[in-house]
Amino acid sequence: MAYTEKTRGIYKEILGGLQQAGIFKQERFIHSAQAADIEVEFPTGSSLKKVINICANNYLGLSSHPEVVQAAHAGLNSHGYGMSSVRFICGTQDIHKKLESMVTEFLGTEDTILFPSCMDANGGVFEAVLTKDDVMISDRLVHASIIDGIRLCSAMHDTFKHSDMEHLEEKLQLHNDKRLKMVITDGVFSMDGDTAKLDKMAELCEKYDALLFCDDSHASGFIGKTGRGTHEKCGVMGKMDIITTTFGKGLGGASGGCVSGRRELVEMCRQKARPYLFSNTIAPPVVAGVIKVLEILSASTDRRDKLENNTIFWRKGLTDAGFILKDGDTPIVPVMLFNAKLSQDISRDLYEEGVYAIGFFFPVVPQGQARIRTQISAGHEVHHLEKALDAFRKVGKKYEILGKTKQEIIERYGM
Amino acid sequence: MDEMKEIIKNYVIREYVEDDTDVTYDTPLISGGIVDSFSMVSLKRFLENKYQIAIPDDKATPEAFDSVNKICLLVNEYVK
Repeated sequence: MAYTEKTRGIYKEILGGLQQAGIFKQERFIHSAQAADIEVEFPTGSSLKKVINICANNYLGLSSHPEVVQAAHAGLNSHGYGMSSVRFICGTQDIHKKLESMVTEFLGTEDTILFPSCMDANGGVFEAVLTKDDVMISDRLVHASIIDGIRLCSAMHDTFKHSDMEHLEEKLQLHNDKRLKMVITDGVFSMDGDTAKLDKMAELCEKYDALLFCDDSHASGFIGKTGRGTHEKCGVMGKMDIITTTFGKGLGGASGGCVSGRRELVEMCRQKARPYLFSNTIAPPVVAGVIKVLEILSASTDRRDKLENNTIFWRKGLTDAGFILKDGDTPIVPVMLFNAKLSQDISRDLYEEGVYAIGFFFPVVPQGQARIRTQISAGHEVHHLEKALDAFRKVGKKYEILGKTKQEIIERYGM
Repeated sequence: MDEMKEIIKNYVIREYVEDDTDVTYDTPLISGGIVDSFSMVSLKRFLENKYQIAIPDDKATPEAFDSVNKICLLVNEYVK
């Protein structure tokens, strides 16, 4: 009880600074299940507003899918609510092993280990498989969880310019004397929606005897012809040494993640990865839900096909309307506005028009690259997308940015 | 010394600068946000390979790497 006024004041000042800088995160309360149509209380205390959600990671629309919900109920009934244990003491059920085996088959790897989240998987994997004699060479735009995992690992760390394969090769040459080299990338980059050049990276890794790591959280379930992920899209199934991914996005949206890859590397995680060893096993209802998700996705590609069509429709609609988009073909479609305040104003106006989309600006994205990041789902029907496009057109017209170049928008609103 | 400064400056620009930021011999590299602490590794390795030296980890501090001039002073401590 030494939480004095002085101590309180220190934290108040820090939080006040965040508010002043405009980077204080304000949560909006959703009163419905996660879906294309949601009911939101925002600002806090206001009456509920029905809006179309275009900022969820619910890529396959499975977060509230009746079969998944039913499977989770069944898992709850048969295997209980929680295990009150880590995996290696008394926290491993038959369904945990079943899910690991299903993920291995789905991703086309040798073995899989579950983690409480992909954040934990990325936090634990590098320290478990690498030592100070090794080097990690990562893309400069990898996810924050990978950066945290890298920081926890004693291996040397270097970076290469985003998706620059010549630079990566230079780094592989520079560090060729290391015992092990690991090239680290996201599969789909979450802020820009672009895809890693895994085919080129696999070639370089073969040439320089390096391991290839990919976080496929924004790809598993829907990227590639059968939704296996970025490695399927790039034609390198079976060549990946480590894939980490989450069950908190396309694969059901609840929680949990995994490391999947070479048998020995997965076993190293089972023996040494601290987030695996020192935190609880994934709850049985979630495990049962993810098993159902993989059954649905293995039986048919209908959902990822619908997502692909929705994405094409959405990109074309926004492009035809005159917005500037980041290039790409994934369901992450960033609408570029460049100016931070403009991104916040447009997000607010879209909400008024019944569309829930969030503006991102520095430091989440580089300075001068503020945007509305839209994310498309197989849970969207054409009428959702048409209504959302109407809102975008109306708001875009209000701010007179339709058909304008980047330079023109910057001249009017600043960087 | 001038040749070394130019080599290091050019390396920094090629390696870390992705826009039209001007880099001089005194530009703050680490404190100025041009080189992040992760990326110091490649700079250290570049210097070690280029000048056939070994810079002890405790000498490769953000302060010692904060400008081309400071880096040259550090490198010259180890060049035979």
